[in-house]
Amino acid sequence: MGCVESMNYEILLRDGSFKECRAYIKEHFPEYIDVQPGFKVFDIHLIGIPPIAIGLDHDFIIFPYTKPCHGTFLLRMEDTEEAARLRAIKAKKKTA
Amino acid sequence: MSGDPPVQPATALLVLGCPQVPVQTSIALYLINRLKKTGITPVVAGNKAANTLLVLADPDRHYLGEVMDLDRAVALISDKKRDFDRCFVFIHNDAGISYAATMGAISKAKLFALVYGEHQEDLVKQIDFPCTTIAAKAVHNPLPLKKALDEVAPWAA
Repeated sequence: MGCVESMNYEILLRDGSFKECRAYIKEHFPEYIDVQPGFKVFDIHLIGIPPIAIGLDHDFIIFPYTKPCHGTFLLRMEDTEEAARLRAIKAKKKTA
Repeated sequence: MSGDPPVQPATALLVLGCPQVPVQTSIALYLINRLKKTGITPVVAGNKAANTLLVLADPDRHYLGEVMDLDRAVALISDKKRDFDRCFVFIHNDAGISYAATMGAISKAKLFALVYGEHQEDLVKQIDFPCTTIAAKAVHNPLPLKKALDEVAPWAA
C-alpha cells in the first residue's frame, strides 16, 4: 500500500473517533462520496465503519486514515486525477 | 490415489490492536494455541510493535505461524487475494472498532470482536455490525478475558 508519511498531506482532525471524522466531512464538505471499507484512495485501503465518507473540495480529497495506536486522522490531500476518479465513481453510482 | 481434492485446513486471522494494553499479547498466544489444537491455522496481522511482542515471546515458533503486517492483510483481503474462515479482532480503542467493522465488510470470515481494556463497556455499545462479541474488563490481568473466551469457545464454533 502507499505510505501516507511520504505524501504531502494536511491533518484536519487528529485523535478523533472515526464517527467524528465522518460527521466532520458531511458537515464541512457538501460534495462527498460514500464508499465501503477497503476502498482504495491514493493506493490506501480505507479502514472504518461503513459507509465511509470521502470529501471532495475542488482538487482536494478529504478522507479518514486509521492507525491502531493513534486512532483516526482526517487527512486532506491535493490530487487532480484522484479527485476526478472519485467524481467519476460518484457519477456512476448516481446513474446506477 | 483418491480423486478427491485435498481438504484445506480451516484458517483464522488474528487482527491485533495497539499493544499498549498488556493482555493482548497473552490472549493472542492463548488463542493461537487453542486454535492450533483444534486444527485451525492461525495467522497474525498487526503493526510492527504488536507483531514484535509476539515474535520475541515465541522465538522457536511453538505457537506462532504466519505473521503479517496489518496494512498488507487488509490489502490482500480487500483485493480478494486471500480470506480466512474466522477473524478475531482485538479491540480496546476506537481504532479497534473501525478495524472490526472493516473486516466484517471485506472478509467472509466469521467475525469475533475481542473487547477489553478500561473502556470495554463503551466500546461494546459501539458495535452495531454482525459479529460475536467477547468482552471483559481486562487490562493487566488476562484471566477475565480468557474466561470470556473459554465460554464462547470460538475454536469449536
